[in-house]
Amino acid sequence: MAAPKKGRGASAQSKPGRSLVLILIAIVAMTGGMFLAGHTTPRLGIDLAGGTSITLKAKADQGSAINKANMDTAVDIMNRRVNGLGVSEAEVQTQGDDHIIVNIPKGTNSKEAQQQVGTTAKLYFRPVLASEPSGGAAPKPSPSTSSGASGSPSPAASPSGDQKATSPSNAPSPNASATSQGRAVSDALKADATPSPTGSPSAKSSGAPASPSPTPGANADAAKLQAQYQALDCTKPAERAKVGKAGKPGEPTVACGEVNKVWYKYVLGPAAVDGTEVKKAQAIFDTQGASGWQVQMTFTSSGAKKFADITGELAKNQQPQNEFGIVLDGDVVSSPYVQQAITGGQAEISGRFTQEEAQSLSNMLSYGALPLSFQEETVTTVTAALGGEQLKAGLLAGAIGLVLVVIYLVAYYRGLSLVAMASLLVSAILTYVIMSLLGPAIGFALNLPAVCGAIVAIGITADSFIVYFERIRDEIREGRTLRPAVERAWPRARRTILVSDFVSFLAAAVLFIVTVGKVQGFAFTLGLTTVLDVVVVFLFTKPLMTLLARRRFFADGHKWSGLDPRSLGAKPPLRRTRRPSGPTTGPVDPKGA
Amino acid sequence: MSKLGNLGARLHRGEVSYDFIGKRKIWYGVSILITITAILGLAVRGLNMGIDFQGGAVFTTPTKMSASVAQVEEYAHDASGHEAVVQKLGNGSLRIQIAGLDTGKSDEVKQTLAKDLKLNPEKLNADLVGPSWGEQIANKAWQGLAIFMVLVVIYLAIAFEWRMAIAALVALIHDITITVGIYALVGFEVTPGTVIGLLTILGYSLYDTVVVFDSLKEQTKDITKQTRFTYSDIANHSINSTLVRSINTTVVALLPVAGLLFIGGGFLGAGTLNDISLSLFVGLAAGAYSSIFIATPLVADLKEREPAMKALKKRVLAKRAQAAAGEAQEESRSATGEPSDGAAPAVVGPRDQSAPRNRGRGRPSGKRR
Repeated sequence: MAAPKKGRGASAQSKPGRSLVLILIAIVAMTGGMFLAGHTTPRLGIDLAGGTSITLKAKADQGSAINKANMDTAVDIMNRRVNGLGVSEAEVQTQGDDHIIVNIPKGTNSKEAQQQVGTTAKLYFRPVLASEPSGGAAPKPSPSTSSGASGSPSPAASPSGDQKATSPSNAPSPNASATSQGRAVSDALKADATPSPTGSPSAKSSGAPASPSPTPGANADAAKLQAQYQALDCTKPAERAKVGKAGKPGEPTVACGEVNKVWYKYVLGPAAVDGTEVKKAQAIFDTQGASGWQVQMTFTSSGAKKFADITGELAKNQQPQNEFGIVLDGDVVSSPYVQQAITGGQAEISGRFTQEEAQSLSNMLSYGALPLSFQEETVTTVTAALGGEQLKAGLLAGAIGLVLVVIYLVAYYRGLSLVAMASLLVSAILTYVIMSLLGPAIGFALNLPAVCGAIVAIGITADSFIVYFERIRDEIREGRTLRPAVERAWPRARRTILVSDFVSFLAAAVLFIVTVGKVQGFAFTLGLTTVLDVVVVFLFTKPLMTLLARRRFFADGHKWSGLDPRSLGAKPPLRRTRRPSGPTTGPVDPKGA
Repeated sequence: MSKLGNLGARLHRGEVSYDFIGKRKIWYGVSILITITAILGLAVRGLNMGIDFQGGAVFTTPTKMSASVAQVEEYAHDASGHEAVVQKLGNGSLRIQIAGLDTGKSDEVKQTLAKDLKLNPEKLNADLVGPSWGEQIANKAWQGLAIFMVLVVIYLAIAFEWRMAIAALVALIHDITITVGIYALVGFEVTPGTVIGLLTILGYSLYDTVVVFDSLKEQTKDITKQTRFTYSDIANHSINSTLVRSINTTVVALLPVAGLLFIGGGFLGAGTLNDISLSLFVGLAAGAYSSIFIATPLVADLKEREPAMKALKKRVLAKRAQAAAGEAQEESRSATGEPSDGAAPAVVGPRDQSAPRNRGRGRPSGKRR
C-alpha cells in the first residue's frame, strides 16, 4: 500500500518538493543578492523621497524630428546641465516617445535647475584668448602641461603667449602635447612636428596685453572681463555654474572647461562659428595614425567659410591663442588648437580620446545643443516629510487591506488560508526583493502610484488562490478525496489563472507602453506582480497544496481544514464514483469534471 | 463558512440557482438605465476636471497650520490674482489649489504664500502643471484604452470565441461608462490618479468575466451531444457555479482598495492614493456586476442565434415537452436537479457513467411513480 503511493507521489504528482526547493533557492539567492548589493530597500521616487520632478515634452522644430537618437542626445545634454549645477544623483530619463523627466533630489537649487534644463543650449566655436588651469592650487598638472601651466603662474593673461608657446615646442610632438593636455589638434597639421613657427604674436593680443578682447576700444568691458577672469575659480562648482552662461555670442566672455580632470579657465573671443553650422560630426577610429579615436566634422557651406577664416587667423597665433574653444552652454567642452587654416569644410579633432569621449563630443557637435526644444509640462516639488507621510499612509492602507484579506480568507477557507497566506508572503517577499534590485538595475523607483499598484496587486494574487481553491472544493463536492481533487483541479484552475492573468498583464503592458511618468510606475508594478503571481502559484501554491494533501489534517477533511467534505456538501452516494474513476484519475486528464 | 460553503455546494449542484439568463432583460434594462443616467450626467454636469487638466498649482503645507482656511484662501487670492480652493487635510495640513497659474508665475506665488503663512518656502510643496499635462494624460489614456480593447478582443476571440470577446468588450465599456458617470454625477474631481484607476479597471473588470467564460467554455464543450440543456441553461449554470468564486475574488480585490480608499485617503485627505482607489473601487464593483449580469447573458444571447444552438434548443424543448407529457412533474424536477451530480457539466459526453447513473436514478423514481 505504501509503495504505490510513494511511486505515484514522486512521479505523477509532478515532484512538488522540487518546485518548492527551486523557489526557495530563488528567494534566498535574490535576497542574498539584495543584501550583497547593499540595496535593501526599493529606491524611492521623488514623490516619496522629496525633491523636484520636472516633466518636459519635446516639440519638433523644423528640420529636427522627435526620434530616439535626438531624445537620447537631449537627455545627455540635460544630464550635463543638471549635474553641472553640482547636483548629485539628479536623474534625467526619457519616458514614452517624447517626454523627458528630470528628477532632482531635495536639497539642490531646483529653481535654477528648472531654468537650466529645458532651455535650448547654444554651441559656439570661440577663439581662445587666454587660458590656464584654474583654482588656487593648480591640481598636479602632468609633466608636459606643467611647463605651460606653471610657466605662466600669474593669473593675468600672458601678453605675448610666448611662454605658453614654448610648452608645445618642448613637447615631443604637438600631438602628444595636445593629448596630454587633453586638447585636440587639428588633424590638418598633425604631421607637422614643429609647432608653428609662424608665431609672431597676434596683433590682437600684442595690442593690449591685459585686454584679450580682440575688439580694441571696448576697454572698460575688457577690464571687466579681465577682472572676472582673474577672480574666476573654476574648481568651485558654484562659480562654474554662473560663469559663461550669460555670454552673448558676439562678445568675449570667460568660461571654464575641464581637461583631464583639471579645470581650466578661459577668456574667449566672440563666437566665430555657430554650432548649427556643423552639418555633421562623428566619432571615428583612425586606424592609420596613432591617434586612435577622433572626431570628424563637416561644416555647412557658410560654416566652412567661417571655419576656414577663423582657423586661418588662429593658426598665426601662439598657444593658447591658436586654440578655439568649443563652448556648450557656456562650458568649454574642448579646445583644440589649430596649426593651419582648415578649408574645405572638413576637419578632424584628434587627441587621446576614449571612444566614449569622442562620441560624446561628436554628439554635442552634431546637435549643437538640444536637438529639440522642450516645453515644461509639470513641476512637482515634494518635501520628504509629506512624501514620507503619503508612504506611511499607503503602507498602513496596504497592511490593513492585507489584514482584511487574511481575515476573509481565514473565515472562508479555514486551513486552506494558511496556503494562501504563505503564498501571499512569498509573493510579497519576491516583490520587495525584485523592486529593491530593480532600483540600481533599471532605475526603478517606487513612487506613490507604484505603492498603490502593489496594494491593488494583493487582490490579484489572492484571486488566483481562490480560483484554485474553489476548483478543489468543487472536486471534493463531487465526492473525490483530497489527493485526486488537488490534482484534478489544477489543470483547470491553471488555465483560468493563466487566461485571466494574461488579461491583467496585457492591461499593465499597454498602460506601461502608452503612458508617461507616474502612471508608468503603477503599470510596471501591476505587470510585475501579475507575473510574480503566476510564478508563485505554479512553483509554490500548487506544490504546497500537493504536499499538504498528504497530511491527514487536510486529507481527512478536518473541520478546520476548509476541505471538510461534509460541510462542502459532498454527496455520500457519489463515493461510489470515486472507485472507478480514482485509479484512472491521473493528474493529467481532467476528463470528467 | 459552513453557511456560505453550503450555499456554494448548493449552487454547485444547481439546487439553488438564480436565473440570470432568464431575467437578463431586467438586468439589461437596469444597465441601460444606469448608462443613460451616466451619459446624461456627463452631458449635463460634465466632469469636474482637476487642476491637472486646466493648469495651475497645488501647494501643500506641512501639518499643524495655524491659519484658517478662509484666511489662506485670501492669501492665495492676493498672491496669485486667481481664485483658490483651500482644503484642510486629515493630518491638519492645507491643500491650496490655484487654477490658471502657469509654471512661470507659480514660483513667485509660492514665495509670497510661504511668506504669508510664515513658512520656509522649502516646506511648502508645490505641484505645478501646465494645462497640456492633463490633456496629455487623458489622450494617452484614450489611446491606451483603444489599444487595450483591440488587443483584448483579439485575444479573447482566440482564447474563447468572438462572441465572448464582444460580450466582454460590451461589459468593459459598460463598466467604464458607469465609473465615469458616477464621477460626473457625484462631482468627484478627475485627476491623473483617477485616470490611472480607470485604466486599471481594464484588466480587472475582465478578470471575473474571464473566469466565468472559462467555465462556460468548458461546460459547453460537448453541448451538441446532448439534448437536455440549451446553451442558456448551461450559461446560467456556469454563472451560478462560479458565483462564489466571483464574489470571493471581488471581495478580496475590493478589500485592499477599500483600505486604500478609506484609511489611506481618510488619513491624508485628497491625494493620489485617494484618486486611484476611488475610481478603482467604483470600477471594480461595476466590473463584478457586469461580468455576472451583462457579459454572460450577452454571450448566451449571441450564441442562441447560431443555427446549431437554435436546433439544440428546439430539440431540448421538444424533449422536455415530451417528458412533461409522459412523466408529469416528477421528471422535470429531476431534470433541474440533474446538473448537480453530473458535476458542473452534466453535459459532458465522454463520461460514460453519467448516463447509466442517470438511468439508474431515474428509474427508481419512475418506479415509485
